[in-house]
Amino acid sequence: MAGSMDQQTPDTQPRPVVTVLDSTHRAEADVRIAMYREALRIRLVEDEIVARYGEQEMRCPTHMCIGQEAPPVGVSAHLQPQDYVFSAHRSHGHYLAKGGDLKAMIAELYGRATGCASGKGGSQHLIDMDAGFLGSAPILASTISVGVGAAWAARRRGEDRVVAIYFGDGATEEGAFHEALNFAGVNRLPVVFVCENNLYSVHSQLDMRQPAHRTVKEIGPVHGVEALSGDGNDIDEVWRLGRYAVERARSGANPVLLEFFTYRWKEHCGPLEDGHLGYRSEEEIESWRKRCPVTTYAQRLSEEQVLGDEAAQAMRAEIDAEVAQAFEFAKSSPFPELAELDRDVFPGRGAI
Amino acid sequence: MGERVITYGEALREGQAECLRADPDTYLIGLGVPGPTGIFGTTKGLVDEFGPDRVLDMPSSEGGMSGIALGTSICGLRPIIVHMRVDFAVLSMETLVNQAAKWHYMYGGKMRAPLTVRMIIGRGWGQGPQHSQSLQAWFAHVPGLKVVMPATAKDAKGMLISAVEDDAPVILFEHRWLYGVTGEVDEGYTKEPLDGARVLRTGRDVTLAGYSYMALESLRAAQLLEQVGVDAEVIDLRSLTPIDTATLGASVGKTGHFVVSDTGHAAYGAVSEVASAVVERNFADLKRAPVRIGLPDVPTPTTPALADHFYPGPREIAQQVLDLLGSDRQLPPEAEDPRPWKDVPDMSFTGPY
Repeated sequence: MAGSMDQQTPDTQPRPVVTVLDSTHRAEADVRIAMYREALRIRLVEDEIVARYGEQEMRCPTHMCIGQEAPPVGVSAHLQPQDYVFSAHRSHGHYLAKGGDLKAMIAELYGRATGCASGKGGSQHLIDMDAGFLGSAPILASTISVGVGAAWAARRRGEDRVVAIYFGDGATEEGAFHEALNFAGVNRLPVVFVCENNLYSVHSQLDMRQPAHRTVKEIGPVHGVEALSGDGNDIDEVWRLGRYAVERARSGANPVLLEFFTYRWKEHCGPLEDGHLGYRSEEEIESWRKRCPVTTYAQRLSEEQVLGDEAAQAMRAEIDAEVAQAFEFAKSSPFPELAELDRDVFPGRGAI
Repeated sequence: MGERVITYGEALREGQAECLRADPDTYLIGLGVPGPTGIFGTTKGLVDEFGPDRVLDMPSSEGGMSGIALGTSICGLRPIIVHMRVDFAVLSMETLVNQAAKWHYMYGGKMRAPLTVRMIIGRGWGQGPQHSQSLQAWFAHVPGLKVVMPATAKDAKGMLISAVEDDAPVILFEHRWLYGVTGEVDEGYTKEPLDGARVLRTGRDVTLAGYSYMALESLRAAQLLEQVGVDAEVIDLRSLTPIDTATLGASVGKTGHFVVSDTGHAAYGAVSEVASAVVERNFADLKRAPVRIGLPDVPTPTTPALADHFYPGPREIAQQVLDLLGSDRQLPPEAEDPRPWKDVPDMSFTGPY
């Protein structure tokens, strides 16, 4: 199933030609290096959160995306600054890959006034309007319809804007997911729905929740949404399918659903391992770790002589410094003043 | 000015037309909105003037469409979404409660969701358990939502326009039995504030406060009471968020007796919140404990044989006032009622909705 190429289209009306590149096609070297850099950056940010979470200064539910770095990196590679991204609870990678401010994100986790939501949102409510990251929320499927609305607004105003919406396999069981796909399909909205299928909704297995012979991808066409699926741990493959989906959406042809098979390494929420809980086997976890999206990509870029060891080391040092600065910024930032408690329940008139 | 008299339903229609005319970013959407009957006439014909891109039908997806409307609102549009029944809008609770109410606050004030939601309360002709609920208190319980209940034609138009102009999500609760009620309404883009209660009738013996249709029933109760020598002040409460404690306090300070009525259930309802607010602020002014009048703790029955006893009306309010005042006067005998059942506001109402 992973890496499947077959595409399903909702109807036969003529529309702009965009083809799925064959599986041997690769992005230009500089793009591949940039994608690797972003994946590594997300990983190192998450590693640092994991390392420091036990200090009990990041006092909010935090869902690590370690193991799931490829989809945001490969999809965002095709997004323009004016494009929008919406996400759910496991949103750090989506936020960073779209250009969300790292310092403001870490400060948000630390509950500081300098956080991207002034400390009122936490890890589950990241936002960066300037970067086009329009919000994330932990109620399954809830931001999917909001993202479709943003795409509809763009269509109504004649704006060149694609909206990418990330969610997990669990969200596809919500009615809101189907309602949003249906509306996007009816109106051929410029949306790329990105399902990161990591096989578990918290601790509940996919095969207990969805029919064995029906993939998430198959839900797309019945709602008028073209769909493809692929290996969600392979940055090149995500880039390839992402290119098709974003171009297709931007051309006004139809919305596209991408199902990427990937895996969450850590516990559902928090910095720890959770093999001991027994809802998934150590062997399964280990098999996915071996297919780490970051290290396998580093190896490939090295083998294909796209990225040399020296450059890779320099890149890592740069990111380490940036991450350290972000945590320093967050920890030295002030907490919100008490007056913030009552502020912004209702907006006042005038400019934001 | 002020001599033009139209119905509450026509006022709503005018208000929406004014908003659509004033701002190209405003659009109107809901199941049946551009349809032949146009949401009990309140949207009828608007599609002809403003076109199908601005007056829209939608899939039967109250939850999803509320999220989609929210998505357009955070991108600068000003949707008006209509639910023909409050009961249908329950399917959009997640979007309204978890998302729309909180997007401004939880994103540190960076996001705005100027969403107007029209929810219509049905009543009578056997609307029953799932076509007649008054769930305004649910929404007023959630910080970030503004909840208003216009009772007059002037407010129906003016508060709707103010709701669309407001940058917060605003929910308008409209009672079906008000749609035919007439009142003076100015032409043009005329706004009425979203907050503040309004004194409909001055009096010195008792304060009757009510929301929506119950403000009118309170006025009718005051007319009954006048016949037995009781001078009631009547207040149209208009807004649940916030409750106008200043206007209520001034009235209770004068009368010392307080009766509050709402179209919803009394328990955990708007009347409980209003009564608490008055007790907290005006305890010393009250000569007796306040009285709450709302629906009993049972679902709405369908048959008129039971529904006729489900809804409190002017006589029930007036009798409560006499009991409160310790008066043994008798209300005047009930006038001859041409209605075989009380499940219609008047004889012109013949169902099926």
